[in-house]
Amino acid sequence: MVRVSVSARGELSAAAAGLNLLGSLAAGMAAISLVFVFYGVDPLEAFGSIFAGSFGSLYGIKETVTKAIPLVLIAAGLALAFRAKFWNIGAESQLLMGAIFSTWVGLNWGPHLPSYVIIPLMFAAAMLGGALWGIIPAVLKYKFAINEVISTLMLNYICAELTTLLVVGPWKGKTKFGFPYTDDLPPQAVLGLLPGSSIHYVTLAVAVTLAVVLGLLVFKTRFGYELRVIGENPNAARYAGIDFLRTTMVVMAISGAAAGLAGAGEIAGVHHHLSYPDAISSGYGYTAIIVAWLAKLNPFYVVVAGFFFAGILVGGDAIQISLGLPAATVNVFNGILLLFLIMGDYFARNRVRLTWIASDKG
Amino acid sequence: MEEIITSIAQRTLVAGTPLLLGTIGEVICERSGILNLGVEGAMSVGAVTAFIVTFNTQSIWLGVAAALAAGMLFCLLHAAASISFQANQVVSGLALTMLGLGLSGLAGKPYVGRPLAEKMSPLAVPGLSKIPVLGPVFFNQSPFFYLGIGSALAAWFVLRHTSLGIKIRSAGENPTATEAQGVNVNKVRYWCVVAGGAFYGLAGANLSISYSKSWIEGMTAGRGWIVIALTIFALWNPLRAILGAFLFGGIFVLQYLLQPLGISPNFLAMLPYLATLLVLLAGGLRDKRKLNAPAMLAEPYVRGQR
Repeated sequence: MVRVSVSARGELSAAAAGLNLLGSLAAGMAAISLVFVFYGVDPLEAFGSIFAGSFGSLYGIKETVTKAIPLVLIAAGLALAFRAKFWNIGAESQLLMGAIFSTWVGLNWGPHLPSYVIIPLMFAAAMLGGALWGIIPAVLKYKFAINEVISTLMLNYICAELTTLLVVGPWKGKTKFGFPYTDDLPPQAVLGLLPGSSIHYVTLAVAVTLAVVLGLLVFKTRFGYELRVIGENPNAARYAGIDFLRTTMVVMAISGAAAGLAGAGEIAGVHHHLSYPDAISSGYGYTAIIVAWLAKLNPFYVVVAGFFFAGILVGGDAIQISLGLPAATVNVFNGILLLFLIMGDYFARNRVRLTWIASDKG
Repeated sequence: MEEIITSIAQRTLVAGTPLLLGTIGEVICERSGILNLGVEGAMSVGAVTAFIVTFNTQSIWLGVAAALAAGMLFCLLHAAASISFQANQVVSGLALTMLGLGLSGLAGKPYVGRPLAEKMSPLAVPGLSKIPVLGPVFFNQSPFFYLGIGSALAAWFVLRHTSLGIKIRSAGENPTATEAQGVNVNKVRYWCVVAGGAFYGLAGANLSISYSKSWIEGMTAGRGWIVIALTIFALWNPLRAILGAFLFGGIFVLQYLLQPLGISPNFLAMLPYLATLLVLLAGGLRDKRKLNAPAMLAEPYVRGQR
């Protein structure tokens, strides 16, 4: 029979941690293969099409980079919030708030201002919108003891309805012939694209810069130290006199603002108008949770993890078309990979030994 | 007038029943010390399973049984991740929700737009259903309603007045001392998570074969998250869960009542979510010591560690 012995172990070396991560991903892929088999799809063919669709061609890589932009922005902010053990599940609506605020600024002020003024204004408005929406659950948690997972989720549902309300009602475009869109942004409020692609490079630069800045903030500043202590050892944080409410409000303002920026990027760089919430976001706020986790809540790594997961989103779109799988397939990927990532952490924390011993019952 | 009131009350109970079933499950689970945020996913899995089985076998009760089993199996994943692998319960629950919504969307795709021939019919309690007003409201309901009320009473009794209940509650309050009494804490927690899954599965079945008679992706519409809020509102007490669930059932009905007044349907659709925040706000204004949350909720228990 097999005997399992478990003992705690210290910090893993970088190589071992990387191996652990790869092992978790491989196990997750194996589980996903099972789902494919049950669905009557050849897993090798499916993974092949995912890879071919996302990283296998120049077109695919361009699409992947485009989708990585919102993921990197949001996940960099989430890494901060999760490190402070603040479970911000509300990035989806913080993004939408950013989209709403930037659309308003773009439509109302855009026609009268040059690009180099209106674009920064739209980004600033998006950050404001995301930050305000993000601060609410922080206040609710530390003033009224309301669990942030629930409050951020409820705010997601509320904001999705608000967005729909705006685009079918007061903000419905006069030039849109009854479609639920706002009017298109004026040309000066639209972001430029890299030639031959859909990459809005300004937002891409903002995203990479933000990831680096937040990485420095977490690891090199006093504030970053405080938020980590709140997350890792709340009692010590309390004795040290760290103000939970104030610190978390700042963390959530940053996290919300980062998601808001993603919303501005989607509006000014991709859609050029506000429409139904599903059309604007397609679940970036939730997928970014896994990106942050895959990056070990390290904003520097978020850039790589975001690119990787954007590939899964693009590849997921590709197999929907080529193999006729429903949109929910991406949710299955996300759920399984996240589950295996957190279970893999167990093997990073503990040394697990299996020993065969001769079975002598009696 | 009497007819309108009867109809509103009756629909309130109908809308509140899936919330009640889910909340009972989450109360049991959280009492043992495990936070399961995968309710939305598990309900969705239950809903699609009940629908597919009923659709193909024409047997509603087989559908219910299958949903129950599917909910249990699905939540076994959360038990394994959060108990055996000591994973973060918040993240594991989120993963479960994503997976559940995804799997149910995948499995249910061929059934979209193909309603059942008939949904589960109400069960009139002989005699009692003839009482004016009260009869049609309380005693001519879907079997899920009686199941919900019965389960709430049973769960309350077990948690409060039996030795099993003491084991469950102490696993959530002080697992180290519980283990010292010779109770296998992890085993208790495993069973409670799985029992919770059974109720989420039932709640899902309630939605797809009794509340409506078709499968649509995303038909749980956040009810799983409302259940988690209701668990707090209920102060982890199955009897208070009855009150909370039907309060929210009333808010779902209110949406339809207010629609003819010309209020934006999108604004009305926000009501249950706004109400959830308000209910929690009211709870937060209370003395926190009286909130009565299980002390070791969401803390992994490692044997031999203090």
